Amino acid sequence: MSTEKPAKEALFSKKNRSLLTDPLNVNNPITVQVLGICSALAITVKLKPAIVMGLSVLVVTIMANLITSLMRNMIPNRIRIIVQLVVVAALVILVDQVLKAFVYDVSKQLSVFVGLIITNCIIMGRIEAFSLGNTPWKSVLDGFGNGAAYGGILIIVAFFRELLGNGTLMDYPVVEWMGLYDLGYKNNGMMLLPPMALIVVALIIWVQRAKTPSLIEKD
Amino acid sequence: MQEILNIFVKSIFIDNMIFAYFLGMCSYLAVSKTVKTAMGLGLAVTFVLTITLPVNYLLETKVLQKGALQWLDPSFVDMDLSFLSFIMFIAVIAAMVQLVEMVVEKFAPALYSALGIFLPLIAVNCSILGGSLFMQERAYENIGQATVFGFGSGIGWLLAIVAIAAIRERLKYSHVPAPLRGLGITFIITGLMGIAFMSFMGIKL
Repeated sequence: MSTEKPAKEALFSKKNRSLLTDPLNVNNPITVQVLGICSALAITVKLKPAIVMGLSVLVVTIMANLITSLMRNMIPNRIRIIVQLVVVAALVILVDQVLKAFVYDVSKQLSVFVGLIITNCIIMGRIEAFSLGNTPWKSVLDGFGNGAAYGGILIIVAFFRELLGNGTLMDYPVVEWMGLYDLGYKNNGMMLLPPMALIVVALIIWVQRAKTPSLIEKD
Repeated sequence: MQEILNIFVKSIFIDNMIFAYFLGMCSYLAVSKTVKTAMGLGLAVTFVLTITLPVNYLLETKVLQKGALQWLDPSFVDMDLSFLSFIMFIAVIAAMVQLVEMVVEKFAPALYSALGIFLPLIAVNCSILGGSLFMQERAYENIGQATVFGFGSGIGWLLAIVAIAAIRERLKYSHVPAPLRGLGITFIITGLMGIAFMSFMGIKL
């Protein structure tokens, strides 16, 4: 890249740090860029699958960003989508096999959604928008930031859905320990149904935009 | 015949791609600002789903499944290529989308320019790959059922995106709290529509 300064940039310069932290708030992949909702919402009924899914996506985003960034000067523009798909699909196959080998029950719960990481818009979106035009180290940081932000949202949504819907967290009966059932508290089974995931995300968006008014859409 | 009809109705209403599985949400949220473009994208997705599912079904039953390669040579009875299914399915889908893109560009240039970037991006629309993966998981009996499942899922997706586009056109005239404007309220409406669609869940087909 011609725009890069010959002097070596520090590994964690201010610019690079912002690559890592921006996605966590002002450029959040789910609530601001609207990427990767497809596979995100159906697996947030419980905390454990959500954490596994978040980690899988994190690994795939980092590796996909790194690999495409290394190859960015070799990929002809016309066929770049298919090259990206092959890279991502290969990585997802690896993740799928690892999950099947080490956490088989979670892998069964995630069912088709592991495969759908391939078409997770976050990964393709970050490759298209970032790693095809940036150096490998920056791409890794960008992948890490976006993957972590995605996982963060998943974990928040899953936390509320499992706690309110099932009264458990990571399968530990938290509400029972606190003795709330004796006081007449009841689980809200509605939270376990798919549409509630959308509404929880909408509430997260609401809170975030109320705190950061610059994100409010003009219309 | 009844079996086929069941699959069709089930894939439109009960297993609706958007309201039951949230597949294809990215383009659903991005292209649903006007009914016209929503309709175009919905038709394109339906078409791609209908042609990729039979191809992927053949791929699954004749090549990828355990022992599927027996028709080539009896000694392949233990061969299990199913770990390759993701990459094979996505390759088929990408190739089909490329084909559709070329056909649309040649024969319907107006639609081509209206859909713009979203036509090639159908390749990464989760509902297409999701259709193939559900087909694999549910193990349909024959190619006809798989095709009908693809067509029905496409119609379900089309219904959903046209409905939300119509609502969003109306939404311009209502007073939504500022932080919820745009994305937030769309999520909430989709959630409410999902709850409405859940009334189909009790139906056994």
